[in-house]
Amino acid sequence: MTSLLKNSELSLEKADKIVSETLNSCDDGELYVEDTKSETIVLDDNKIKSSNYTSDLGYGFRAVTGDTVAYSHSNEISEKSLKNSSDNLKSTLKNNSGTYNSEIKKTNQKLYKDIDPIESKSMKSKIELLNNMNEYARSKDGSVKQVTASLLAEKKNIEIIRSGGELLSDNRPLVRINMSVMVEKNGRKETGVYGIGGRQDYDEYLKNDNWKKVCDEAFRIANTNIESKPSPAGEMKVVLGPGWPAILIHEAVGHGLEGDFNRKKTSAFHDLVGKKVASKGVTIIDDGTIDNRRGSLNIDDEGTPTERTVLIEDGILKNFMQDRLNARLMNTKSTGNGRRESYKHVVMPRMRNTIMLGGTNTQEEMIKSVDKGIFAVSFGGGQVDITSGKFVFNCTEAYEIINGKVGAPIKGATLIGDGPSSLKEILMVGNDMMLDPGIGTCGKAGQGVPVGVGQPSLLINNMTVGGTQL
Amino acid sequence: MIKDQDYLKKIADICLSKSKKLGSTDASILVQSSVSENINVRNKKLDGSERSENLGVVLTTYLGKKKSSIASSNLKENNLNELVDRCIETMKITPEDEYNSLPDKDLHFSGLKDLDLYDETHLSNEDKINYIKEAEDEAFSNNKIVNTNGSGFGENKSNFLLANSNGFADGYKTSQFTAYCEVVSKSNGSMERDYEYTSKRFYNDILKPKELGSIAADHAVKKLNPKKIKSEKISLIFDKRISKNFLSIFASAISSSAIAKGTTFLKDKLNQKVFNTEININDRGDIKKANGSRYFDSEGIGIINLDLIKNGILQDYLIDTYNGKKINRKSNGRASGTTNLYFENGSKTFSELIKSEKKLLYIKETIGHGTNIINGDYSVGASGIMIENGEFSYPVSEITIAGNLNNIFQNITLADDLEFNYSTNSPTMHVEGMIVGGK
Repeated sequence: MTSLLKNSELSLEKADKIVSETLNSCDDGELYVEDTKSETIVLDDNKIKSSNYTSDLGYGFRAVTGDTVAYSHSNEISEKSLKNSSDNLKSTLKNNSGTYNSEIKKTNQKLYKDIDPIESKSMKSKIELLNNMNEYARSKDGSVKQVTASLLAEKKNIEIIRSGGELLSDNRPLVRINMSVMVEKNGRKETGVYGIGGRQDYDEYLKNDNWKKVCDEAFRIANTNIESKPSPAGEMKVVLGPGWPAILIHEAVGHGLEGDFNRKKTSAFHDLVGKKVASKGVTIIDDGTIDNRRGSLNIDDEGTPTERTVLIEDGILKNFMQDRLNARLMNTKSTGNGRRESYKHVVMPRMRNTIMLGGTNTQEEMIKSVDKGIFAVSFGGGQVDITSGKFVFNCTEAYEIINGKVGAPIKGATLIGDGPSSLKEILMVGNDMMLDPGIGTCGKAGQGVPVGVGQPSLLINNMTVGGTQL
Repeated sequence: MIKDQDYLKKIADICLSKSKKLGSTDASILVQSSVSENINVRNKKLDGSERSENLGVVLTTYLGKKKSSIASSNLKENNLNELVDRCIETMKITPEDEYNSLPDKDLHFSGLKDLDLYDETHLSNEDKINYIKEAEDEAFSNNKIVNTNGSGFGENKSNFLLANSNGFADGYKTSQFTAYCEVVSKSNGSMERDYEYTSKRFYNDILKPKELGSIAADHAVKKLNPKKIKSEKISLIFDKRISKNFLSIFASAISSSAIAKGTTFLKDKLNQKVFNTEININDRGDIKKANGSRYFDSEGIGIINLDLIKNGILQDYLIDTYNGKKINRKSNGRASGTTNLYFENGSKTFSELIKSEKKLLYIKETIGHGTNIINGDYSVGASGIMIENGEFSYPVSEITIAGNLNNIFQNITLADDLEFNYSTNSPTMHVEGMIVGGK
């Protein structure tokens, strides 16, 4: 095993010594070293607007005792710098002492290959791909007025050095291909956005001219919205399409089931374990172990192997998502949900791939059963207030449903609901479970991490739709 | 400790001279150093401390009209050399873009740096903890406050140098002191959270801890036991912490990049009435000690003050060098966006505003990302308080508010209570006739 410290002024032996000496009297903690290379190439307004390459190296040193976390990070990797950090941690925790918990599960989990997606495709071919995407999208229709396409690739290598010299590591590739198309017709402008990605080489996602499908989909959404009419306002039935609309699950219940909010009793779900929080037939898992998915990790950012955690089973709340700190304070085990954006950030319980499993109904019968409602196929962003449980998300493709039939597209609708009650409003769970195309980034306390979602089509009895038509 | 200008200059010189040697015709570089210390307290107990030392360099090289950039936090000379090599190699195969160039030399900032943007005050961790504990103590003196989501105090000091191959090289230190208090209220089965936040360049300018705590508690308690209201068309009053968001939306809609691409509802609106005639919007970078003040933008261009809206009429865009060339305009120093952006005060008092109609909905929080800059559609989740006959009557939640920004902008009336608490600031705002989605 090669160490990320090998080219630095800090030897692994010295680092070990400082880590052990600092953490021996603490409950937990580690030295997290990260070496990330990333590349972003953007085509915008017919030109390669930017090509940026970033190389980021740094460490985050954490000491935890009781419920107090001391954290110090720097990008100067040297004995002196690490000693300063150690002093800083000790001064924060001076009055506390703990017993270091050295127990950490081992794994041989290999969910993605140790590849460098930046180097696996030449700059020339990346530029050519972006130009092809631009030309293809513009050739689809004269109404396409603006195209932005981008390629993002990252190679993040991490090492976790724990007290006693244990070293854990993970090498994580990630790519994303994005397309945004603006269409202008009859004085109206609308955009469509689509993307794909995951933890493989670009070429895995580009097979069979797949990039054309990305362009087609972005154009289709923009073109649909050009014909859209104002959205209705008020409470009504909502049919959600499969796949990406599962950000509803992510916002409505996912965040509320993260261990920190429940340990602190600020989540609307904190006293509901073992209770019915969703309709019968609703099972929701958070799975970090699906091959090559954007939200998958071999080990989390504390070194715990990821797993498939059942959150809600047949309507009953079973488990929260835990990192080591919150698990210890709640007398349970980490579920491998301890994540951080980078070495500059503290670990928190975060989602991985959050999925509602499939049921037995068809999308067709859901739509047939609705007299007046909306059919939501794609979404922009979402947000939740953990404490009140209220969440929103914005439709980027939605249609009205009238008398059991899908009608005209509607524009710019926001859906708002209440987390703990909305899952009890689920009337039908579809048999068409689908994962999202690999584009999600979840934000929490200023930290963004890649995540995945998935769900089948759903019929929800009652949600508030925000539009302009009364 | 943050690095001094000499250290930053040394790094800049290594990169600039290496890129010249490797054949770039132009180059620009930003070198930054910052140190921040944050303390988090929860339920009056230390929850965490965080110290960050950040170094970073961003280099952009040009070969005629070809351009490429690299960024790194590893400032070791061998790493910098490798990265400059990579930057130059990429640059050579990147297609030309006729608008790529360094900024106009004549617009480079040169002048006095007298805005007072750095306060060298350093608070020990003990002092930070004491400040934030005092705030939480005050919040808990309200008996409906039962928990906190965490409160924090942060101190940030940074220094930077911006240089380019046309001879520009300048930088300066800035500081920021930030405190927030986020509390949870509970009553009759209802649980709500809310916060107060203060952030200033000078320690003496931030809210006193007792004020921070009592305002946060007051916000959270006022949200308890909300009702959901029927869908209706109703005039809204936006609290100052929300009304300023309309300025941020306005700013992104008049950025030269959106204007040049045509991806904004304010394209082709220059010299036209965008707001009603009572409305004036300014962007001033030269307010002493202010959060948004700066001497020059991220290209080194000196900041001039802009009257963006005068009597409702759009006077200017926010322009950088690249997009300026696309629309045949010179940069006005807005490559890093707005500085201190604000609505001038309106003529009504707050009390007159909330009494202006029999029934009004006061919006204190919005959630979601429902703003479409391209067509001006606006639809977000919201919560607030119903106002009946000029009196705050009951909290409202789980609603949406929607409209189109073209109409919203024309229907704004402002109070006279502008304060400079953030870099973007607005008085309390009344917007006539928006659609609320509820029951």
